[in-house]
Amino acid sequence: MSTTETDKGSEQEELGAAGSQLSTAPQEETVSLPGLGVIGWARWFWRQLTSMRVALLLLLLLSLGAIPGSLIPQTGADVTKVDDFRAAHTTLAPVYDRLGLFHVYSSVWFSAIYILLFVSLIGCIVPRTWQFVGQLRGRPPGAPRRLDRLPAYTTWRTEAEPERVREAALTLMRKRRFRAHVAGDAVAAEKGYVRELGNLIFHIALIVLLVAFASGQMYKSDGTKLMVEGDGFSNALPMYDDFKSGSLFTTDDLSPFSFGLKDFNGTYELTGPNRGTPRTYQAKVNYSEGADGTDRTTTIKVNEPLKIGDAKVYLVSHGYAPVITVRDGKGKVVYQDAVPLLPLDGNVTSQGVIKVMDGYRDARGKKDQLGVRAFFLPTFGGGASVLSQFPALLNPVLNLEPYHGDLGVNSGIPQSVYQLDKTHMKGFKDTKGQQFRGNLKPGQTLKLPDGAGSITLEKDIKEWAGFEIVQEPGGTWALLGAFGAIFGLAASLFIQRRRVWVRAVRGADGVTVVEMAGLGRSESAKVPEELGDLAATLYDQAPGAPDPDDSTPSPAGPAEGAEK
Amino acid sequence: MTLAAATELAAATNEHLASISNTLIYSSMAVYTLAFFAYIAEWLFGSRSKVGRTAAALTAGAERKAGAPAVTVKSAGGTAVLERPKVVVRSASGSRDVPDGPGAHGGDEQGDMYGRIAISLTVLAFLVELAGVGARAASVERAPWGNMYEFNITFSTVAVGVYLALLALRKNVRWLGLFLVTTVLLDLGLAVTVLYTASDQLVPALHSYWLYIHVSTAIFCGAVFYVGAVATILYLFKDSYESKLESGGKPGGFARSVLERLPASASLDKFAYRVNAAVFPLWTFTIIAGAIWAGDAWGRYWNWDPKETWSFITWVAYACYLHARATAGWKGRKAAYLALIAFGCWLFNYYGVNIFVTGKHSYAGV
Repeated sequence: MSTTETDKGSEQEELGAAGSQLSTAPQEETVSLPGLGVIGWARWFWRQLTSMRVALLLLLLLSLGAIPGSLIPQTGADVTKVDDFRAAHTTLAPVYDRLGLFHVYSSVWFSAIYILLFVSLIGCIVPRTWQFVGQLRGRPPGAPRRLDRLPAYTTWRTEAEPERVREAALTLMRKRRFRAHVAGDAVAAEKGYVRELGNLIFHIALIVLLVAFASGQMYKSDGTKLMVEGDGFSNALPMYDDFKSGSLFTTDDLSPFSFGLKDFNGTYELTGPNRGTPRTYQAKVNYSEGADGTDRTTTIKVNEPLKIGDAKVYLVSHGYAPVITVRDGKGKVVYQDAVPLLPLDGNVTSQGVIKVMDGYRDARGKKDQLGVRAFFLPTFGGGASVLSQFPALLNPVLNLEPYHGDLGVNSGIPQSVYQLDKTHMKGFKDTKGQQFRGNLKPGQTLKLPDGAGSITLEKDIKEWAGFEIVQEPGGTWALLGAFGAIFGLAASLFIQRRRVWVRAVRGADGVTVVEMAGLGRSESAKVPEELGDLAATLYDQAPGAPDPDDSTPSPAGPAEGAEK
Repeated sequence: MTLAAATELAAATNEHLASISNTLIYSSMAVYTLAFFAYIAEWLFGSRSKVGRTAAALTAGAERKAGAPAVTVKSAGGTAVLERPKVVVRSASGSRDVPDGPGAHGGDEQGDMYGRIAISLTVLAFLVELAGVGARAASVERAPWGNMYEFNITFSTVAVGVYLALLALRKNVRWLGLFLVTTVLLDLGLAVTVLYTASDQLVPALHSYWLYIHVSTAIFCGAVFYVGAVATILYLFKDSYESKLESGGKPGGFARSVLERLPASASLDKFAYRVNAAVFPLWTFTIIAGAIWAGDAWGRYWNWDPKETWSFITWVAYACYLHARATAGWKGRKAAYLALIAFGCWLFNYYGVNIFVTGKHSYAGV
């Protein structure tokens, strides 16, 4: 490839200023060792960083760096998977932890790559912009001495005066939206500046995109809320089940609104090999904006979040919440509520816990607490099957496993509402001394052994929906940046920047010789095509003169006559 | 829970249309196989002619270099050729001045005939396959891009469509035929054996008009990237063939026979670049459309989901390729390797991520 370089160099010399500045692309400099001193090193570092070569390497590094994040579980995407991985790989996990491989995209090294890349980008854009502005204020360079050495060339002889030819050429070029001017004995014209502009817009748009994304990350808030049909929510921190926010977020940023879940509805494939695959999920909600806005009703679907103020409310999950009534030994209702159960599989086999904390007294009237492990199968297949056969409520069965004792809720340690801490609980025993269990259909009641009370599954099984409430500013800017990038990219890739020169001089025999040449940034069939077209138009205004007898046409010589 | 609505939806899957679609896909495979043999015949008959344009240009090049610069004279075209001055085109110094090969038929008349038969068969197979994809879409009453099987059959249809469109535009792409049809057969074979999924409705997350925008552009980009990758591979072969000739080496008979008939390495390289560069903005758009959809479906426009990540990696790899072509010391073979790596990323994004990695893009079937 080195021969190509030297050839290119000699070509540049040949063309002189004509081929210069056809692009503002950085010139590749030969690597030289830096001089001594801090400034020397800093300058050397800056040159390296802003060179195309290093930018290319950084781009490659960025794509390589993104790979582990797609193959190793990430805390940002799925914390439980990360925990599973940690449990399974006890030697590898600490190493990964040290390298930040569980959160690649916020790790130090990944950030370092893209920050360096963007510094390099800015270091590239700024000088190129100045250069481009200079080019816009200047004029296309004059014609090189020998036009016939250019990639596309044509010539003919004409009776028209050279001045008239140049005038006609200038008008023609301007009509074709070239920037043109007369320089000496030739017209110099240039077109396709949009390529450069597009290039700059593309790179600036990338920076806008990154800044918008980064600020979005810093100011965003993201929380989840599980709501049973009939529940309400108002947008304040204590209402969330789970809440994450960026480092610059403050609770004042939460836009004020409230909404309630009226009804959740899911449909599923009933037949075929994909039986049970969900088809539609929709949540009917009523909502009001601001502190006391008017109440409105809408439906939230999987692809159609509710937009209120700066926030978006997404439907992200769903499940069943059977309504349970618990009576104590004396028949008094001590608990009646819908208990949301968490789905375990695609057919919504669900699991959860009913916790009766206050008011319960056992058969002897002694204060106690109840904890009941609950498995719920929306479609019970019969027999000994423990998994639901279908996600909809075709044959719902609730399996209960009751315990009594101390739930441990007063110990001060926060505990999950979906898990039962059995350390201070004792299971109810059946007549054989085994753990007491019971299956309930809607409307049925399970009597606890020894008159300890009863548990009823009410006929109305409610559904719950999980919502994610997201506020992420900067989205509009990111979108603008993204579309700016596309348009810039299209302009910089599809538009060719090229120069055309028309020289008209009086030959030795008094006849005007017209020479036209075209030069593109890269070799392209379009340049000669356009030149041919321009030449044909100009030829109409300056028609060919007969060849002098002594001219012998040579295939490439500058004296080649017009086609006769 | 409206069971009635669900039943209605399930019934919407028209089993009859689905089986018609399957028959059409199998038929198109049969026609592609015939086209494949016709292409083979074209190459075989083409090997009879002993054209050696590349060899002639490169071995005679030594004395020519010293003399006048190599030129080809091209008429300006149009009806009034006599009225127009001729444009002389001069290739940049330093690049090899090698004429394009004559194509697979090698100038052989019988070979050319088989080549034309092969293209006619390809057109027929394309139409049959298109009908198959259409029937599939009609059977499920939605865009046929819900699972990998549907994605595969649409992908090969679009790839062949791109090839035929380039042919119709009179671009010099006939040499692509055999390579394309071979991989289309592989792709379809994979689709009907490993990836087959009975026609069905979509999961709720796919109920969006962004499916049409995002997935259709993704398929189209893949098809064009694929054409670019084939040209890049051929460029690498042809380039090493040319440099071997240039340095006075003697390439093997088979390489000589095949590579002589391909376009010059510079033409292949340019073709690959144009194809990749033309579709790169669309690929950018695909990712952005995906991000907008993700913003509606998953709550955030960028989630670093494996598929998103690999789209991004593919994007960066192609950006590298485009930059490399403008960077001294990287253009030529190194840039070509980058283009292949980039296409490898695309392939992994499609097959690898779907099969080995679970993420938010994991939907029905594979």
